[in-house]
Amino acid sequence: MALKIVKGSIDRMFDKNLQDLVRGIRNHKEDEAKYISTCIDEIKQELKQDNIAVKANAVCKLTYLQMLGYDVSWAAFNIVEVMSSSKFTYKRIGYLAASQCFHESTDVIMLTTNQIRKDLSSPNQYDTGVALTGLSCFVTPDLARDLANDIMTLMSHTKPYIRKKAVLIMYKVFLKYPESLRPAFPRLKEKLEDPDPGVQSAAVNVICELARRNPKNYLSLAPLFFKLMTSSTNNWVLIKIIKLFGALTPLEPRLGKKLIEPLTNLIHSTSAMSLLYECVNTVIAGHDVNGSPFLPPFSLALFLFLRFQLCVQKLRILIEDSDQNLKYLGLLAMSKILKTHPKSVQSHKDLILQCLDDKDESIRLRALDLLYGMVSKKNLMEIVKKLMLHVDKAEGTTYRDELLTKIIDICSQSNYQYITNFEWYISILVELTRLEGTRHGHLIASQMLDVAIRVKAIRVFAVAQMATLLDNAHLMTGNVQRKGICEVLYAAAWICGEFSEHLENPMQTLEAMLRPKVATLPGHIQAVYVQNAAKLFATLLKNQEGNTDRTAAQETSQLMIDRLPLFVQSANLEVQERASCILQLVKYIQKLQQKDVEVAEEVIALFAGELNPVAPKAQKKVPVPEGLDLDAWINEPPSESESEDEQPKAIFAKEEPKHSRARHTEVDEKELAKRREARKQEQANNPFYIKASPSSQKVYQEAPGVEHIPVVQIDLSVPLKVPGLPMSDQYVKLEEERRQKERVEKKKKEKKKRKEKRGGRGKKHDSGPESEEDITPAHMVDIVTEEMPEDKKSSKHKKKKQKREKEEKEKKKKKKHHHHHHHSDGGGEESVQNGTVEEEEPLPVSVCHQSFTEIDIQGNLQDGSQVVVSVIFENKCDNFLKTMEFNVLDSLNSKLQRPEGSGPHDGLSVPFQLPPETRSSGTLRLSVFVIVFPQNEDSSTHEKLDFKLHFTCSSYLITTPCYSDAFAKLLESGDLKCSSVRLEGVNMPFHHLLARICFHHHFSVVERIDSCASMYSRSIQGHHVCLLVKTSGQTVSIDAKCDEPTLLGNVLDEIKQTFSQC
Amino acid sequence: MIRFLLLFSRQGKLRLQKWFTAISEREKKKIIRDMTTMVLARQPRTCNFLHWKDLKIIYKRYASLYFCLAIENQENELIALEVIHRYVELLDKYFGNVCELDIIFNFEKAYFILDEFLIGGEIQETSKQIVNRAIEASDMLQEGDSSEWFEVELFG
Repeated sequence: MALKIVKGSIDRMFDKNLQDLVRGIRNHKEDEAKYISTCIDEIKQELKQDNIAVKANAVCKLTYLQMLGYDVSWAAFNIVEVMSSSKFTYKRIGYLAASQCFHESTDVIMLTTNQIRKDLSSPNQYDTGVALTGLSCFVTPDLARDLANDIMTLMSHTKPYIRKKAVLIMYKVFLKYPESLRPAFPRLKEKLEDPDPGVQSAAVNVICELARRNPKNYLSLAPLFFKLMTSSTNNWVLIKIIKLFGALTPLEPRLGKKLIEPLTNLIHSTSAMSLLYECVNTVIAGHDVNGSPFLPPFSLALFLFLRFQLCVQKLRILIEDSDQNLKYLGLLAMSKILKTHPKSVQSHKDLILQCLDDKDESIRLRALDLLYGMVSKKNLMEIVKKLMLHVDKAEGTTYRDELLTKIIDICSQSNYQYITNFEWYISILVELTRLEGTRHGHLIASQMLDVAIRVKAIRVFAVAQMATLLDNAHLMTGNVQRKGICEVLYAAAWICGEFSEHLENPMQTLEAMLRPKVATLPGHIQAVYVQNAAKLFATLLKNQEGNTDRTAAQETSQLMIDRLPLFVQSANLEVQERASCILQLVKYIQKLQQKDVEVAEEVIALFAGELNPVAPKAQKKVPVPEGLDLDAWINEPPSESESEDEQPKAIFAKEEPKHSRARHTEVDEKELAKRREARKQEQANNPFYIKASPSSQKVYQEAPGVEHIPVVQIDLSVPLKVPGLPMSDQYVKLEEERRQKERVEKKKKEKKKRKEKRGGRGKKHDSGPESEEDITPAHMVDIVTEEMPEDKKSSKHKKKKQKREKEEKEKKKKKKHHHHHHHSDGGGEESVQNGTVEEEEPLPVSVCHQSFTEIDIQGNLQDGSQVVVSVIFENKCDNFLKTMEFNVLDSLNSKLQRPEGSGPHDGLSVPFQLPPETRSSGTLRLSVFVIVFPQNEDSSTHEKLDFKLHFTCSSYLITTPCYSDAFAKLLESGDLKCSSVRLEGVNMPFHHLLARICFHHHFSVVERIDSCASMYSRSIQGHHVCLLVKTSGQTVSIDAKCDEPTLLGNVLDEIKQTFSQC
Repeated sequence: MIRFLLLFSRQGKLRLQKWFTAISEREKKKIIRDMTTMVLARQPRTCNFLHWKDLKIIYKRYASLYFCLAIENQENELIALEVIHRYVELLDKYFGNVCELDIIFNFEKAYFILDEFLIGGEIQETSKQIVNRAIEASDMLQEGDSSEWFEVELFG
């Protein structure tokens, strides 16, 4: 023995220890991997030895190698060996290695349970501590279940060192094994008042984490925490408690009131920034909640407001601080306020704009977030100008892309509310196209399209800009890096084509669009190029034929015929298709031209009709087709003799409001005309209203200041830039001028007025700053939200489509009311709930074989009167089932739970579609009022797929575990009625019999002794059902007790039936 | 709750890692790579906070070492900075003017100190004295073990 040890220690002298290993790795920088692999081989040898010291040393080295990224999972068992050493030195290393290397799927963890239990109960507190620490890292559900009791005991250990560790580990145990929370909670709560501050703060930590997940269970602790908050001086603990209150106040508004004073005191008194920040954050988060759900008395409301203002003031101090961290946090908190109180943030605009210039990117990003909420008509241009400067300076594409999206976000928010000059905006967009390597080309493109379509007055300008872009397309396509930006060309080509009548030099643009280089663009852009070249061609023809200059027109056709073949060869299908179509068209036109036939009118008719934006809810405006009466019966109503004869009427009465819009036609003509007049008046006064008639154009031309925008100047002033591309900066100046002029005009008017009035206190007004409302936008945006233009001509084609859709719908509706015969192989045996499934099929003539099988009826414990039924729908036919409706007629005792607002007879739409030959499951909820009878009602009335739901009493039972002592108490209580039943000829093993009862009738076995077992279950309304099952030979006797004899009788009958079937 | 703590050098070499939730090795490696590139790319004298996925990353540089802490979204950033600082103070107290090499060569000690300060992602002890006392006591115990072991070796 001694020799062996001596031999071992001699070996050890040659072993590397951890320091040697680290040094070795540092000395082998070039061939580190090779060195480490030899080290690992050595370690493997060391692990084979019996000497625990050698093993521990090896494991320690492995832990280091694990950190360097080497896989050491193969040594898991050796780690367990070292963990179970009786020496603290090695145990410590073993547990450290385990906590670094073990995870839930490490299988040797199973072997550690007993070792850990032993260590937890060790007389040495450091053994216990080390085990607890290790456990916190690798606890699995199994370990949590097995050790929960041991750890719970440790929460009351005599040493605070162990108590606080145990309390904190308990949280991990709760996460892995939630059942342990209930028994451990009283003790955890007790620890909140532990004499040791460390244990106390540990308990606060754990409860805070728990409360964050499920606050409502912890409301009762509020008074205790309130006491802690007012007495504690430990900032770490205070922050946790304040966080906890932050989670609780939304549930209990009165708490917010109570917190005002201590929080305000803390804000005023604390010197710790972390605590101040936490208080301010909580106040901000709570402000909304405190304000809205209940109306506080005025004094309190004022107080709340003042407190809120105090917080905002404190935030300002944070942002002004030279410490970048505080600045960042201040901005972060501001962005939380922005959502609820934008006004409070706007007053700090100066400060936030300053932050845009900060050298720290994180701070700039936070400030950018805030900008969104603080722009106004007045400062938009100024802010965007600043952002554009940043775009130029920005290094790194991510920040630049962020800037780009922010600029577009800010400008386009709430329907371009803050843009007063769209020429400025278009030129900003054009400037943004010069960005290198941005990913957001499509974003710019969609903005260009949107503005050009909706702001009619801007089209002339936009078209000129887009033509320049097309002309300079090589700038965008030349560089591979600029791939993203070429999306802009999509918008440019479309705008130039669609609004080609505004082009100054259409021939040049047409040539630009047909350049061979275009073929290098992505397919979808080429397609737009080709299509819009055709539009341009049409416009050109018209111009040229008007000039009676035939050769020019023929030259244009020739240009098309020369260039289009390039696109006909395109690999992209759409490009090819469009190009060959148009090519043939042009060839035909050329033929006609040679015969001196005027073709321009016909060609232009191809693209006639203006495209207008359509509101999402435009459909409502479409009148009901003539001769269709939505209220008329399509099928005869159900016969009067039926008991619930009034129901069908009720259905339609309920639905009436839905049709009210369509039924407007019934209102007499006078009333209609009157309304239309009023609406027109309203629209005329609303500058943001879509105006389909050309009147908006006039409005624009009459608008003051527009003639002040000399587009021509732009080229001259920026010779260094790409010719023709405007500089947005100019518009800032121009806009200033325009506003100045407006102001002067306004003043004049006001003066006139005042003169008429003779005197007044006008001077104040004159010198006062320009207010938001004073700024009138130079262009109007068509805003499409809810309404449709009254003028129906403008959207002819759209309407046709809508009509068609409507008709189709009607067809479907009619079909719905036809009676189809459907098969049902549904699962109900005898007792019945009747219901229907209505379906819409895409094909009119076909008998649909759809089936559904009820599989499971389960009571819901949360709500004593709710039953959840899972239903499987299976489509057995070849057609796609698009919509299905599911309905159960309410009976006296049960009711289908429908979404709020639907009538008592509306069906539930099934939330999925069924492709052929597939099945899918859905659930429906029923309210049941009395559960002691099985539901039994008489059968179905009308249509579609009838089905039955079988509600047995057993389905109201819920498997509830019960301990034998509680069971015994229950039986002793004497409140239960007794009943019994005997089953003869049951030929199955006893445990099968029990399993059968458990499975079919939702019982659980409380206790089993030989051939005798006690079972328990509970109904969803809380009735206890106890069974005593005995068997002898083939006879089974069941004695049962329940507090509701009817339920008991029915359950027993059902059990009897279960066994009679087998 | 704290999700993890990483210590790495200016060259991006990992010096210490502590994961408070179970994460697979592959995921760990990815996170470590993300953290080192993100944190090392930061300019000097910028703020110490970053957003990464749904976590807040709080980092601080002490000499050649970066301490990088990930906390959940509702946690307080300033307290996290305080945690980092407190850990550095504890290391400093234990090693006496701690430097990167101390942590490299005694990395297990650095873990032991951390384990007395944080457990399961929560702060275990806010008092420096109590943490130090616990470490000292454990070390005493360890020395007791080793001397005993030598005896066995010599006379066993």
